[in-house]
Amino acid sequence: MQSEWKFTAKDIAEKPDLFMSGHRACAGCAPATVMRLIMKALRGPTIVTQATGCMEVVSTIYPYTSWAVPWLHTAFENAAANASGIEAAIKMLKKKGRIKHEHVDVIAIAGDGGTYDIGIQALSGAVERGHDFLFVLYDNEAYMNTGIQRSGGTPLGASTTTSPAGEVIPGKLEPKKPIADIMAAHEIPYVATASPYYWRDLITKVRKGLEVEGPAFLHVFSPCPRGWRSDPAKSIELSRLAVETCVFPLWECVNGEYQLSAPSKVIAMAPQKKKPVREYLAVQGRFRHLFTPKYEKLLDEIQRITDQRWQKLLKKCGIA
Amino acid sequence: MKSIVEQKTLALNGDEAVAYAVKQSDVDVVAAYPITPQTIIVERFSEYVANGEVETAFVCTESEHSALTACLAASLTGARTFTASASAGLALMHEMLFVTSGCRAPVVMAIANRALSAPINIHGDQSDTMAQRDSGWIQIYAENAQEVYDSVIQAFRIAEHPDVLLPAMVCLDGFQLSHSVENVNVLPDEVVKKFVGVRKFPLVLTHEGRMAPLKLDPENPMTMGPLAFPNYYFEFKRQQEEAMKNALRVIREVHDEYAKISGRSYGDGLLDPYFLEDAEIAIVCLGSTAGTVKTVADDLRTEGIKAGLLRIRTFRPLPVDGIKRALKHVRAVAVMDKSMSFGGFGGAVFHEVRHALYDLDEKPLAVNYIYGLGGRDTSPMQIRMIYKDLQEILAKNRVETPVKYVGLRE
Ligand SMILES: Cc1ncc(C[n+]2csc(CCOP(=O)(O)OP(=O)(O)O)c2C)c(N)n1
Ligand code: SF4
Repeated sequence: MQSEWKFTAKDIAEKPDLFMSGHRACAGCAPATVMRLIMKALRGPTIVTQATGCMEVVSTIYPYTSWAVPWLHTAFENAAANASGIEAAIKMLKKKGRIKHEHVDVIAIAGDGGTYDIGIQALSGAVERGHDFLFVLYDNEAYMNTGIQRSGGTPLGASTTTSPAGEVIPGKLEPKKPIADIMAAHEIPYVATASPYYWRDLITKVRKGLEVEGPAFLHVFSPCPRGWRSDPAKSIELSRLAVETCVFPLWECVNGEYQLSAPSKVIAMAPQKKKPVREYLAVQGRFRHLFTPKYEKLLDEIQRITDQRWQKLLKKCGIA
Repeated sequence: MKSIVEQKTLALNGDEAVAYAVKQSDVDVVAAYPITPQTIIVERFSEYVANGEVETAFVCTESEHSALTACLAASLTGARTFTASASAGLALMHEMLFVTSGCRAPVVMAIANRALSAPINIHGDQSDTMAQRDSGWIQIYAENAQEVYDSVIQAFRIAEHPDVLLPAMVCLDGFQLSHSVENVNVLPDEVVKKFVGVRKFPLVLTHEGRMAPLKLDPENPMTMGPLAFPNYYFEFKRQQEEAMKNALRVIREVHDEYAKISGRSYGDGLLDPYFLEDAEIAIVCLGSTAGTVKTVADDLRTEGIKAGLLRIRTFRPLPVDGIKRALKHVRAVAVMDKSMSFGGFGGAVFHEVRHALYDLDEKPLAVNYIYGLGGRDTSPMQIRMIYKDLQEILAKNRVETPVKYVGLRE
């Protein structure tokens, strides 16, 4: 199905909010902004399903709801299985003439815990079966809903409540799991990364994910001021810094072909624009301990891993 | 009875009887994951799909957890859904069983009862479903393959009834029923299709202030499976209990309506008594064991012994009043449990039946027999021993050992 919606700033502004205000997210919560942006990209009848986590909990406190679309939560680990069931039902009900919609988009949303960790089995199974849905991962890099515990998406060196920085252990010991690459390895039609600072890029990618036939996966960088011990006013700035430092590069993988998105391409073309990772880490309390002599070496290690992953990505994109 | 429709007789095992009933019930989505002794259900159904014999989306998920999740989500989207499982698979679904009943999704599931690990055992006992008795699902235990077939068809009607809206499981004893071939009379396709009908949806008030059918529908946005704080949660659970109470009536009504078409009935749909009216001693059991108990009761009756049987067909909701009424004149009752409640006082069925009897002015003496775990055979001879025990209990007028094991090497 082709989009009729012309993608201009005015269109976006005029489009009604389908993720509405009144939810109970913390001040400066980037995931909440991400929800709002995702919903700006809708093209028609849509059902949203969501895993347990901050965005579910803050937006659906009975008898209130922030969702102006049909919305379903069932558990923490199974957003993709929800989507499988919804999609299968719609297809069959349409075939039997019991619903009138020509097509209904299905979006599954989960945090990093509900995606990298407990949710990966259902997600992997659902995309292998080829269900037509978009899975949006809002990645705030820890289990925020239960009080900032580490996840497979928590970056190396971050202090969380289950990977605390202590006298002998400098926070999380392992680097972040490359979830988007893992999803791309499933050979699904569309995988992309996005950041709310680059809102136009984000909305476009949501729309592409919806328009594609079959499974699509969107990994959205989503700062959480509470868990990151960062200034609530800086969440969107952090969303930019992560891209500029190449901690979170923006790319798409369409039918197996990797390509950099504009903001990251700029850096690929002009490497002098690539900012040092320290600049990004220094403004977050969760990395504070790394700026002490004891753990300083880890800063270099984080820079090294960031550079290595960036080089790998460039290769996949046919650059360098 | 004139209204009874003509039926075909097929040689089916219990699993095939399930698959056949599902095939006829105009199910929209089946999502499942194989596990012995349920596997044949999924295999037969896959064949129906592969041959274009059903208009059903079949989702072969990567786990039981996702299978039930997909059924739940599809059901809330408006589809009629079915799944099947057993043992470890049912245990893996445990979390989602509660979500399904809490979301009031009328999913129907067949369980080919099987023991739980460890040690691994693929054979039949009822530990798996008994462990789920508080999950908010209706539980119907069938005695034979014919009843399995009939119950699956009835289950859709019961679960989807607007006064109920609860998920329902039809339980068939692993191997004894799942794998034994019997003659099964099946109704014509159109008759079943008409009996189950097209799923209807109750109207509810949406957050936008409109009345709309209870389902995920882009025309009428609804938030399902939200978060409820202590100020609301309790009321949701109370409503589920009310739905279970309603189910007692609905199960009977659906059972009676089906009996008029098929000519087959199982007591009142909740309890299936046998020689109970004038019985002095009686056995209470679930499922296929009732068949063995009946043959023994037949023999005892010819010997002039007033032996009876009360088969509990519907364990959830438990027909408490019916149990009281059925057993109040009986002097000694043996309750059979094909599962254990470790560290408790006898098995689950015993807990509940003895508990129901407590309110009677004149209570029967009650004794528990744990039997058949892990598929251990239960012979007519053992059932005869149980009746004999009851006679001794009567003679002594007291129960010396309230919980006993049948067919166990001690
Ligand atoms: C099976 C199960 N295990 C644990 C939990 C507790 N739990 C609820 S939300 C959550 C973490 C969610 O983290 P994430 O997916 O990263 O989302 P966020 O809260 O950060 O937005 C956990 C551990 C649960 N609900 N279910
Ligand atoms: S804890 Fe973090 S993710 Fe959760 S609502 Fe607050 S800012 Fe948002």
